[in-house]
Amino acid sequence: MVRLLERLGHTVDFPMEQTCCGQMHYNTGYQEETIPLVRRFVDVFDHAEAIVAPSASCVGMVKEFYPKVADLTGEDKLIQKVDEIIPRVYELSQFLVDKLGVEDVGAYYPHRVTYHPTCHSLRMLKVGDAPLKLLRNVKGIDLVELPAAEECCGFGGTFAIKNADTSMAMLGDKIRHIKDTEAEVCAAGDNSCLMHIGGALKRQRGGVETVHLAEILASTEDENGEMDHE
Amino acid sequence: MSKRSKHQRTPTFEESAEGYLSNTQLRRNIGHATHTIRDKRAGVVAEMPDWEKLREAGAKLKQRTMRHLDKYLVQLEESVQQAGGQVHWARDADEANRIILDLVKAKQVEEVVKVKSITTDEIGLNKALAGEGIQALETDLAELIVQLAEDEPSHILVPAIHKNRAEIRELFREKLGNRELSDKPEELAEAARIYLRRKFLSAEVGISGGNFAVAETGTVSVVESEGNGRMCTTLPNTLISVLGIEKIIPTWRDFEVFMQLLPRSATAERMNPYNSFWTGVEDGDGPQEFHLVLLDNGRTKVLADEMGRQTLHCIRCSACLNVCPVYERTGGHAYHSVYPGPIGAILTPQLKGLDDPSAASLPYASSLCGACYEVCPVKINIPEVLVHLRGEIVKKKEKEGSLREKMDPEHVAMKWMGRTFRKRSRYERAQKVARSGQKLFTHDGTISKLPGELSKWTAMRDLKPIPKQTFREWWKTRS
Repeated sequence: MVRLLERLGHTVDFPMEQTCCGQMHYNTGYQEETIPLVRRFVDVFDHAEAIVAPSASCVGMVKEFYPKVADLTGEDKLIQKVDEIIPRVYELSQFLVDKLGVEDVGAYYPHRVTYHPTCHSLRMLKVGDAPLKLLRNVKGIDLVELPAAEECCGFGGTFAIKNADTSMAMLGDKIRHIKDTEAEVCAAGDNSCLMHIGGALKRQRGGVETVHLAEILASTEDENGEMDHE
Repeated sequence: MSKRSKHQRTPTFEESAEGYLSNTQLRRNIGHATHTIRDKRAGVVAEMPDWEKLREAGAKLKQRTMRHLDKYLVQLEESVQQAGGQVHWARDADEANRIILDLVKAKQVEEVVKVKSITTDEIGLNKALAGEGIQALETDLAELIVQLAEDEPSHILVPAIHKNRAEIRELFREKLGNRELSDKPEELAEAARIYLRRKFLSAEVGISGGNFAVAETGTVSVVESEGNGRMCTTLPNTLISVLGIEKIIPTWRDFEVFMQLLPRSATAERMNPYNSFWTGVEDGDGPQEFHLVLLDNGRTKVLADEMGRQTLHCIRCSACLNVCPVYERTGGHAYHSVYPGPIGAILTPQLKGLDDPSAASLPYASSLCGACYEVCPVKINIPEVLVHLRGEIVKKKEKEGSLREKMDPEHVAMKWMGRTFRKRSRYERAQKVARSGQKLFTHDGTISKLPGELSKWTAMRDLKPIPKQTFREWWKTRS
């Protein structure tokens, strides 16, 4: 994401004081534990013009739930700070397409790719087809549609462990659909979902890599479009 | 199908899910049925240019109703009485069953006909009647199937969704004594029709649920597909309708909104084949005695919770069940409640209370994918309520949990991570510690086996180890 945004002419800063958005705590019911993380977020990112994250679920946490966490404290100052910062927080594809108006980022990626729209990008942030617009403009890409794309992969944070059997049943179906596309790469805008899907593909020796949307968009012809396996 | 007998207490969702997940026939039946209704619903909803406005109107109407529920309930009582009906208030299941039993016993009958009503399932009415030697005959086709099979409903609207035609044919062959029956839908329906008609014509008492009760007019309404409900509510001389207090709508005009939202969301129809409305009693037409039983059974407790309150907006359309990736795979029985699926996962724990371990497991039976919220015709933010209930469970644990509960791996991990994320130095140190710790589990650059709770992750999924250079470390090399 850093390479991509810098290539597009933006100055990128990564405030080292940042840690975690607190989504895992919030969704598991540890809402009180997220209060210090919300305070931390608004302080750390206070001066940024735009706050961009390559994770729809983290951005969803900030946009949807930070106001609720702020309400828990009943502190007007925090409530106000959260309200002020939210409009400046973007998921990567929304930032590129909706905010910057860029659909062709000049990427080159000569692979057969299928795209999994993650639940939070689709239903919480409503990114729509912004990621697909970006992918369609990537040179060399062979983009194939994923059947039943809108169905959850079964990750759901602690759900994957608490209800492991159900989660694995959902994941099994997702993997089957991915394999049906005969893609080399499954892309998405959330690393957590990719970790889940990729974990099963790896275990099954599925022959499909999981790659974050940002990595594809960052690839160029100069860098010979090789897949980054790290 | 029910595993209840094997356990002393009602099992939790995760305890039951495994068995249902490995039942491939069940998975196939439910997967097929939910996908069919899901796709049809999407089609009929797409026809409506004002669908989002309708949803908004439905949500607003329900919000207003809940805000003034006290007023509307009294108004409803007056309207029903004015139209010649009688109103009974039931605080809980026992009280409701006692009221209904007294009414039925006064008629000295051995059998009553019922039209599908989940509210009566919620209070366990059939069992209560059976205890007094009165047989309650389910007349909704799917409910009849479930009753004949001595099974339990697994879907709010399609109670026998877990059964396919071949299974139903076998059941009818055995229970209805028709050996020649094929699995053609028409033949199956005809067999049930012949059986039910005889019952309708002889029944003295009918018991129904209701989709709506209109405060302004005292009208009760049932929408259905088969017409069996209409027979139930018109042929017997006495009609008893049991409704939760949240089923109220303020005025007759409000049907304009709900009669558009409900059928499209529920059965993916533009209109239900049978829409029945009755207002008190009419001389010489239909039942001559009408009783409306209004049930609380935990609903006022739900109403008192500002966040949970929206759960009462539910019009029981089941759209959330049909799109839910969890329900689709486990089926309804894993929820151990008459209200399964996403709506059940928020309604059941609120009605039963979080002290019930089975009910308290339901808010976790979701990946929070949000598909339920997207289709809900009255915009119940189910994921939001799920997370809220998880929060209530954690609060309860912190307040009154035993030491053992507080030592459970999740609780300890959440607390520890909460502390770690609060400071950059702790966060970075934790990354380093994890990186050296993971060496124990990493083989050929992959983690395939983890101990304890985390083994549930590695049962099916590998894990990428933390890389030699993290993003943060790379970033430091740049600046």
